[in-house]
Amino acid sequence: MRKARRSTHRGRVPARRPSAPALDIRSLPGPETILRRELPNGMVVLARENFASPSVVISGYLLAGSIDDPRPQAGLADLTASALMRGTERWSFREIYERIESVGASLGIGAGKHTTTFQGKALAEDLGLLLDTLREALQRPTFPPDEVRRLRGEKLTGLAIRDQDTGARAGMAFEETLYPDHPYSIPDDGYPETVRGLTPARLRAFHRAKYGPRGMVVAVVGAVKARAALEAVASRFGEWTAGSTRRRPAVPFVGAPRSILRTEVPIAGKTQCDVVLGAPGPARSDPAYLAAAVGNNILGRFGLFGRIGDAVRESAGLAYYAYSAIGAGPGPEPWEAVAGVNPENVDRAIDLIRREIGKFTARRVTAEELTDNQANFIGRLPLQLESNEGVAGALTHIERFGLGLDYYQRFPSLITGLTREQILEAARRFLHPDHLVIAVAGPVGSEKEP
Amino acid sequence: MTSARPTPLLRTRLRNGLLVLLKEIRTAPLVSTWVWYRVGSRDERPGRTGISHWTEHMQFKGTPSFPAGLLDRAISRDGGLWNAFTWIDWTAYFETMPADRADLALRLEADRMARSLFAPEEVASERTVIISEREGSENEPTFRMAEEVQAAAFRVHPYHHEVIGDMADLRTISRDDLYQHYRSFYTPNNAVLAVAGDFRTGTLLARIRELFGRIPRAPSPGRAVRPEPPQRGERRVNVEGPGETAYLEAAYHSVSGADPDFFPVAVLDSVLAGASSLNLFGGGISNKTTRLYRALVEKGLAASISGDLSATIDPYLYVLRATIRPDHTPEEVLTAFDEEIDRVVQQPVAKAEVAKAVKQAKALFAYGSESISNQAFWMGYSEMFAEYSWFENYLDRIAAVGAEDVLRVARRLLTPQNRVVGIYRPTGGGADA
Repeated sequence: MRKARRSTHRGRVPARRPSAPALDIRSLPGPETILRRELPNGMVVLARENFASPSVVISGYLLAGSIDDPRPQAGLADLTASALMRGTERWSFREIYERIESVGASLGIGAGKHTTTFQGKALAEDLGLLLDTLREALQRPTFPPDEVRRLRGEKLTGLAIRDQDTGARAGMAFEETLYPDHPYSIPDDGYPETVRGLTPARLRAFHRAKYGPRGMVVAVVGAVKARAALEAVASRFGEWTAGSTRRRPAVPFVGAPRSILRTEVPIAGKTQCDVVLGAPGPARSDPAYLAAAVGNNILGRFGLFGRIGDAVRESAGLAYYAYSAIGAGPGPEPWEAVAGVNPENVDRAIDLIRREIGKFTARRVTAEELTDNQANFIGRLPLQLESNEGVAGALTHIERFGLGLDYYQRFPSLITGLTREQILEAARRFLHPDHLVIAVAGPVGSEKEP
Repeated sequence: MTSARPTPLLRTRLRNGLLVLLKEIRTAPLVSTWVWYRVGSRDERPGRTGISHWTEHMQFKGTPSFPAGLLDRAISRDGGLWNAFTWIDWTAYFETMPADRADLALRLEADRMARSLFAPEEVASERTVIISEREGSENEPTFRMAEEVQAAAFRVHPYHHEVIGDMADLRTISRDDLYQHYRSFYTPNNAVLAVAGDFRTGTLLARIRELFGRIPRAPSPGRAVRPEPPQRGERRVNVEGPGETAYLEAAYHSVSGADPDFFPVAVLDSVLAGASSLNLFGGGISNKTTRLYRALVEKGLAASISGDLSATIDPYLYVLRATIRPDHTPEEVLTAFDEEIDRVVQQPVAKAEVAKAVKQAKALFAYGSESISNQAFWMGYSEMFAEYSWFENYLDRIAAVGAEDVLRVARRLLTPQNRVVGIYRPTGGGADA
């Protein structure tokens, strides 16, 4: 199926616009409908009922990620997470997947920068089976040598494919340049030379040192009574006491680039280049985060990719995709713009995006842009929270960043309280058109300075 | 959040021929509106390939009432989700909106059914966007191989070419070509309107009559195609390109969506490569207990395998793919693959394998029904190659499949004479070359 995201916004919206869509705050997740319990071992369980369909989702994370990887073992957290379901004290790889797939369930575990996340889905009648499997995988993995060897081979094939992927290579070059000597400069899945050295013993040691219930969160959403869901989780994880109790070190600060730093990754035989440009953005806990997020929506998301899409795609016809993105993590994740363009148009696209960043940091957004984007942030809540996955993701998000169970109910007023000045201030704090890292990957010449 | 108590589906036809399907669902304050046109790359001829997809792009470029950009903003500010899809058999547009804003979607769709502008400057700007879209696809080895396999599989039938179209045609198709294509196929009697969500059927139907009822019926566009003659022997395609990774694809001529054998083929797909999800939103499940995973991935020959089965108007392709590990050759993988194909053709699959496929279909159905957009998608999609009853009866039809049915369709489809084998051979180089 060919997916085509598009639409345009060249015309101006008439001055008289309808009011924002009606939103019933009580329909959003809140303290009345979210059950939350902290277990004695430091783990938090959240549950919300939804009997609209006979299915259930579990979602959550624990505090082990690629920032915990020693540099020579880059990819360790990722391979450890992927290997958890390759064999446990109780079940073999085949038995684990036979249990899951024979009932049409799914369970996936993977590592990001700061956390190892998991997500599972099943018919509600199979919640116990799903949680039993998660418990085994997280608490009692055995990392069988044959399975680890095979999995490592699959990962290395993935890295060879990544090596040819213009988007992935541009993103890696961007992060290597933007975050020198920083854990964010290293890709979560490591490098071939580091992954080759990841043995079962190393995986076992990482699991022993980093996995544990302290700081772990599990959300259960679906056609299960919230109290029963909570008990189901507590009975399987309440006794778990493994892992470190030490606080994790804070993510180091990263300043903005002092000039334009451009890097190119030549990949022969491709027809298109991927371009990534940007600077370190705000952490999720930064007071300016929401202003930056709404600002980013105006810059490169609203409608069809915001102002950047308007300039690069709609007006110049240079790219199928050209947009901006902002992270939502505990550290300075990038605030970046991304575009896929013909090699001949790379410099033109970069100029257009820098020009948009220049305008965005020079002048306040218009009152119309602000109200449109505030309405967008609020109006899309019902859709974001329609599925069990959407709600489970929301619950883990509010827990992870300490936003409070009433966060989504307060969210509309937080958004409508933002001003044009706050957005400009956030834009200027994090972005400048002459202080950017620019990475290009594809059929380009060798590395050069602008 | 209330419990689901959907009302029965209303299926009716307006006097101008527009087929309307409405289904009340009150699980969330949302309405999902879909318009489906019976036109896709199947309706294109050489010289005009890609024109259906490009026409879809132009449908976002404005009408006299809704200039380009206005709607985009209006839908976004209401928190709506909208998108469009072009496929070999059909083109579909949807908006999922807060329930009190759903009228905007109906007004938009009624307007662009008949009054899109196709302004020359917008056509020119979109030409380069679509060429960029194709260039992005060409970056992927799997796209390059799949395009060649598809072309080799269909010598006569227009399933021959990719939906995006050939670069030669993307450079030469004119504004008038596009507009003529639009006027020929975008008519009420060639469309299906499917709406699901939080509304009252009577009120909504009256509004639909008001907005869509006045669009005149037009002569039906001919959709006859030249049928593909039976293949008389295995075809092989080799594609070379940069990289270190080889890929293998075996594409078997399959059955149409309306063919009763589609259901046993779906079970066969579950057994060999994993259940294909019918959901557009909501994801699928893993395939680590399938026969091909065990034969190719567990044995260390491939890094991953997948299957792809689509419900289509004419018999299309059932495609099995493998990403080959660098320490093995495509030929080694093909040998192991063929041993598994032989096994499923020689002996009936186990009852437990059929039971697993049935349970997987049931679970995927439940996941899909969490989303109103997905439910509306199913309503229109099933009408493109059968009727909505096809979808309603899907689980029962799957549950009725026996091991002997799977054996029969495996013997019918999985023969060397009925397939195209594609191999992507990496030439090395690439990064930093």
